[in-house]
Amino acid sequence: MSENKTTKAVGDSATAVKDRPLLEVEGLTKHFPIYGGFPFKRQVGAVQAVEGVTLDVFPGESLGLVGESGCGKSTTGRMLTRLLEPTGGTIKYEGRDITHANRRELAPIRSEIQMIFQDPYASLNPRQTVGKIISGPMEINDINPPGGREARVRELLETVGLNPEHYNRFPHEFSGGQRQRIGVARALALEPKLIIADEPVSALDVSIQAQVVNLLQELQRERGIAFVFIAHDLSIVRHFSQRVAVMYLGKLVEIADRDTLYSGPRHPYTHALLSAVPETDIDVQKRERIRLVGDVPSPIMPPSGCRFRTRCWKAQDKCATEEPPLVQLSGNKAGHLTACHFPEDPTIDVGARKEDVVMDPALRSLEKDAKKS
Amino acid sequence: MTSPVQTEDTSVPGGNGPDALTKDGAQETKTQEGLSPGQLMWRRFRRDRTGIISACVVIFFFAIALLAPLISKVYGKDPYTLYGQNSLDLLNEFNMPAGSFGGASGSYWFGIEPNLGRDVFTQLLYGMRTSIFTALGATVLIVVVGVLIGLVGGYFGGTIDYWLGRFTDLMLGFPSQLFMIASMPVITAAFVAPDENTPTWLRAGAIIAVVGGLGWMGIARLMRAATLTMREREFVEAAKISGASPWRIIRKELLPNLWSPILVQATLQLPNTVLNVAFLSFVGVGFVEPTPDWGRMFANGADYIQLDPWYMLYPGVAMVIFVVAFNLLGDSVRDAFDPKSGR
Repeated sequence: MSENKTTKAVGDSATAVKDRPLLEVEGLTKHFPIYGGFPFKRQVGAVQAVEGVTLDVFPGESLGLVGESGCGKSTTGRMLTRLLEPTGGTIKYEGRDITHANRRELAPIRSEIQMIFQDPYASLNPRQTVGKIISGPMEINDINPPGGREARVRELLETVGLNPEHYNRFPHEFSGGQRQRIGVARALALEPKLIIADEPVSALDVSIQAQVVNLLQELQRERGIAFVFIAHDLSIVRHFSQRVAVMYLGKLVEIADRDTLYSGPRHPYTHALLSAVPETDIDVQKRERIRLVGDVPSPIMPPSGCRFRTRCWKAQDKCATEEPPLVQLSGNKAGHLTACHFPEDPTIDVGARKEDVVMDPALRSLEKDAKKS
Repeated sequence: MTSPVQTEDTSVPGGNGPDALTKDGAQETKTQEGLSPGQLMWRRFRRDRTGIISACVVIFFFAIALLAPLISKVYGKDPYTLYGQNSLDLLNEFNMPAGSFGGASGSYWFGIEPNLGRDVFTQLLYGMRTSIFTALGATVLIVVVGVLIGLVGGYFGGTIDYWLGRFTDLMLGFPSQLFMIASMPVITAAFVAPDENTPTWLRAGAIIAVVGGLGWMGIARLMRAATLTMREREFVEAAKISGASPWRIIRKELLPNLWSPILVQATLQLPNTVLNVAFLSFVGVGFVEPTPDWGRMFANGADYIQLDPWYMLYPGVAMVIFVVAFNLLGDSVRDAFDPKSGR
């Protein structure tokens, strides 16, 4: 099965936009050192938060980054905005290497990569008015839009669906959804080409989530801003992103365009992840169910070879010794890369598999008993 | 509420945010100017009766200290003239005030000083003036040094934080009152030749330096802790992503959020500093004659306590009122800034 793979980069895939990528990330790695020991402190290990993530972001596209908590999505996002210093790998923005650029070298790029944060209650300075918060980035980068900064801020407030008269208000006077809109307006203030949205809606309640996601989508379409959309809600990512990358324990396990990934995932983990999405339509054909056992292994000592093998029902000896490369499997569309030695069939229908995959032995015996009686 | 998609459509052109309708719809017409956290604090403070009264007392003390020359001019006496020596009926044969209540009368409101026969009222006024302003200077020094060291240590972290932290611990390890007494003569001796008189401004400067230099550690630690909690907040990261310099982040993002602990600590620190300055004068290393000083009035009063207790009474009561009022004010300021704490 593993012979008929073709190694191909994402860059020249047909599904993606033909331009050259806005952001090229190669082998991005982040290790957080752990110190210990007595009497002399030394590094005793490292949390391998992100390990060799390679992906491209094209102008105007939205790339979704999904995975369960602690898989390194946010760390990746923070490295892309250079809030964290990568341990290894390269980040190229429009062909320029910004992996280890300092503050001064980053200055011209700062205005083009912005970020939207998860917690709207922590991301706005409580002592500044909305006007000051949004005009802050313009002030720092010394941008003087025609008509003045205040006029521009009012315009931005209108764009994100707030009343321009809110200019002199303070963040504590707004609700969560409104605050997140202010955060979006701040990110837009510099007219960025790329926005890293780090779980922008997961702190909001469900009725507001849709509004904010729609706002972001509108902005993306109208202004051609590229998004890296980090989320753990698969349906929101499906709604928002043209391409989706799945992460597990610091590694990219699968990347594909939206429809391919959601209808024909190859990696067992993607399968398991998709099977966990609740179905709202009861008439639709029942999908397979995969229930994994145990927790994600510790990123301090990740499993050898394939990192998913400890919870994978297809794992064999090869998975422990050899790390599967992220490549295009035979029968996959261009741009659909999977890191697996024994990929699944590209379907999520229950018919393709005879029975559910139940990894939990306790659960399995319970269900067997239920069937017998 | 209608479906999200519908509200999204209506929201875009100029109107309120869709979720604004629920919360702000009613207020929209009344006021567009938001209240800053500072204004909210002021509103809460105004409702606190203890706070207002103690603030009035404190302001009164500052006012009479500031206006001491004016008051003494109207009153017609000064703190230096030896009235008891000039007119013989003010002091008795033991050089104690002749009248009752320490010689208090219509012309000498708080009585006469034993022995030298100076006017107690003006002495107290000028003494408070010296003490309060010296303490104010020392408090400013304490707050500035403490905030600077705490902020820098907290924000930059790592090695800088480690060494600043050890330095703070070292300074905390000094027995501060002994060290104050020991270092005062050393500092003055370093600047003044042994055969010269030490000018008063140098003494004041030395007191400020010693009290300030040994008092900033508490605020530094507090500021470091407050900065640490603030540093990881996302609005600081947002500023970093915009390319803000560390200095700008400290100034524009962190400091405005730290004003409340700074203000609270400063108001609680000032009465302590007044006591410290008075202590230095009391043990004889602070201000010397003829500069009138609050702390030295206690030292002198202690000598005459059995013959003329009234001399000690006025500065004592004044200091108790001042320190209590200032501490109550500090508590009220803290309550106003953080309504959730206490109660």
